[in-house]
Amino acid sequence: MADIRLIEVKEEILSDNKTQAVQIRNDLRAKKVFLMNLMASPGAGKTSLILETIRGLKDAYRIGIIEGDIDSIVDAEKVTREGVPAVQLRTGGFCHLDAPMIGMALDEMDLENLDIIIIENVGNLVCPAEFDTGAMRNAMILSVPEGDDKPLKYPLMFSICDVLVVNKIDYLAGSDFDMAIFRDRVLKLNPAIRIFEVSCRTGEGIEAWTEWLAGEVKSLST
Amino acid sequence: MHELSVMDSILKVVLRHAASNGVEKVVAVGLRIGKLSDLVDEWMQHYFDYLSKGTVAEGAVLKIERSPVIFKCKACERDFPVEMAEIRTVACPACGSGDITLIAGREYYIKNIEVV
Repeated sequence: MADIRLIEVKEEILSDNKTQAVQIRNDLRAKKVFLMNLMASPGAGKTSLILETIRGLKDAYRIGIIEGDIDSIVDAEKVTREGVPAVQLRTGGFCHLDAPMIGMALDEMDLENLDIIIIENVGNLVCPAEFDTGAMRNAMILSVPEGDDKPLKYPLMFSICDVLVVNKIDYLAGSDFDMAIFRDRVLKLNPAIRIFEVSCRTGEGIEAWTEWLAGEVKSLST
Repeated sequence: MHELSVMDSILKVVLRHAASNGVEKVVAVGLRIGKLSDLVDEWMQHYFDYLSKGTVAEGAVLKIERSPVIFKCKACERDFPVEMAEIRTVACPACGSGDITLIAGREYYIKNIEVV
């Protein structure tokens, strides 16, 4: 019987995805296009925040959207109504977007005439956290009705994001959501994260968010 | 939930190394996966079995080792492991500081393959 040999592999499993993600980031940086990956659970307000962001920044920047939510063109239609190009990825039952999928979407977009591309990732706080999409910044939304315990349940998501938007703060009154405890839990996992408290419904806090985003886009050109 | 794409990536790496080493059969795959990953061992094996049918890696056993979640204390600079169940109340065991940061626990590392 043949002897069993051991071959050292020593590779990160998601190395293919990472390599492609780095490639996407470098290509877009050279073209001065800012790519942001937006993640959240279903109903947290991804589409609402994207629409508010478009309204706040469309006079200054050319914006495009990659819609990754599962098999629906509803979100893409809402976005194109704002006069912004959107590519709908048909992800079927897929639970996340990865760098090859984003690469395919970018091939469909007019990159020479865009400043910002926002990826609306699949609504899920688990799987999207594992895959680098090639975005320059990872952003997530947590809405007040979801509860202040979510950093304890989904620590990976909170630890990989550069920025956190707490949406639906107009629901804070009369809820059990404790913002101080929530912030403390988040900052423990990720001390560098930027946190914005907003309400897409009332518009509160949206300006601080769009100013931050504009600052990130400007820093690409310097 | 995304076992299929993760296992597909693992299989690709395994088959690449098997081909470049002239391997007849892969009998085991050694993996190190961070405890922050939510992938369950049994399901990883099921998906691997499904994807590897008809390849040299068919029937290979996944030997999965879980690497700990490690935090670093910013006050006294010490590293310390934390169980997922304790992540709620985590503080530095040396100095008691709550000013800590996550430094490891989300890796997907393929260590080696056992082959004939």
